[in-house]
Amino acid sequence: MATRFVSATGLKRVRGLGAAHAGVHHWWLQRATAAGNLLLGLWFVASLVFLPDLSRATVTGWLAEPVNAIPMLLLVLSTVWHMRLGVQVMVEDYVSVPGRRRLLLLLLDLYAVAIAATSLFAILKIAFGAANG
Amino acid sequence: MAKLTLPANSRISGQGRTYPAPAGAKRTKTFRIYRWSPDSGENPRFDRYTIDLDDCGPMVLDALIKIKGEVDSTLTFRRSCREGICGSCAMNIDGSNTLACTKAIEDVKGEVTITPLPHMEVVKDLVPDMTHFYAQYASIKPWLQTSTPTPNMKERLQAPEDRAKLDGLYECILCACCSTSCPSYWWNGDRFLGPAILLQAYRWLADSRDEATGERLDALEDPFRLYRCHTIMNCATVCPKGLNPAKAIAEIKKMMLERA
Repeated sequence: MATRFVSATGLKRVRGLGAAHAGVHHWWLQRATAAGNLLLGLWFVASLVFLPDLSRATVTGWLAEPVNAIPMLLLVLSTVWHMRLGVQVMVEDYVSVPGRRRLLLLLLDLYAVAIAATSLFAILKIAFGAANG
Repeated sequence: MAKLTLPANSRISGQGRTYPAPAGAKRTKTFRIYRWSPDSGENPRFDRYTIDLDDCGPMVLDALIKIKGEVDSTLTFRRSCREGICGSCAMNIDGSNTLACTKAIEDVKGEVTITPLPHMEVVKDLVPDMTHFYAQYASIKPWLQTSTPTPNMKERLQAPEDRAKLDGLYECILCACCSTSCPSYWWNGDRFLGPAILLQAYRWLADSRDEATGERLDALEDPFRLYRCHTIMNCATVCPKGLNPAKAIAEIKKMMLERA
């Protein structure tokens, strides 16, 4: 009877490349940004509700105030960061091919940076009074 | 990608056989049981066995033993203690993972559908391959680790309140009902340790006598080994011992945060 070679023991497969010693920071940031989204999101919705009207002049005037522009910048950072962390979890859950997983996470990073940069630029442009420029 | 459909050879498309109730049976119940043999080359199928409940014990395992003993000796399943302590007869009954020996037949309405534990490779019929699950258990070093020598060659004593911290953990019988009901374990079971093994890991983290807490946390601190748990709670829903693995996992995450 031919000897049957086993490529790896069960324990070797389970141990794999070892623990990454990471994950706590990611887990905590996801919860921290969720709390940030909740607080800043409520502030944002409430602010819009209490505006006299939603015309371009009123909204840009409101956003040009530092007291509104700064929370708005934080809201963009918090939501984009939360999205980046959350979608990473979904990719890791459902995409098991290592190369494809890595590529999608790279595209996710590019997407997050692009929408954050665009949103922050738009807010700053309005805040510094160049809204009509 | 996560495999959302079964491979062609695993689909339940085989021609099922039907075994009618014995003549004169008044109170009958039909069991629809997953059948697959590695030797036949055929796809899995469901066979239907109708038995006389007046001539059978009250539990699903009683029915399986009766079918194997009196109707079809080729039916294959694991069983041992028949009282919910060995965990051998874990299987999917009526859509939920549970122990056949503690699941009452009368609790299932209509036909009793039985399949092996989900997302496990099947050895035969209702017998799943537990090799990987047991290797994962071995990987968490499920034994007391100490550097301090045993005091005066006697046992290590534990205060009653410290012993109480192991309640809800030590009762786990490693039947794998929880792990195989967990979608995260279905999709990433190769790396995610799953609820059963993480509950066992916390059993040693919570033990006042164990001195390897830091090393144990080091080994668990990983996006896949621990953090695939998204608190879906299927584990706590199906546990036939009434335990809550999701809570044990949350406790591990709290310990991780405390030392971060």
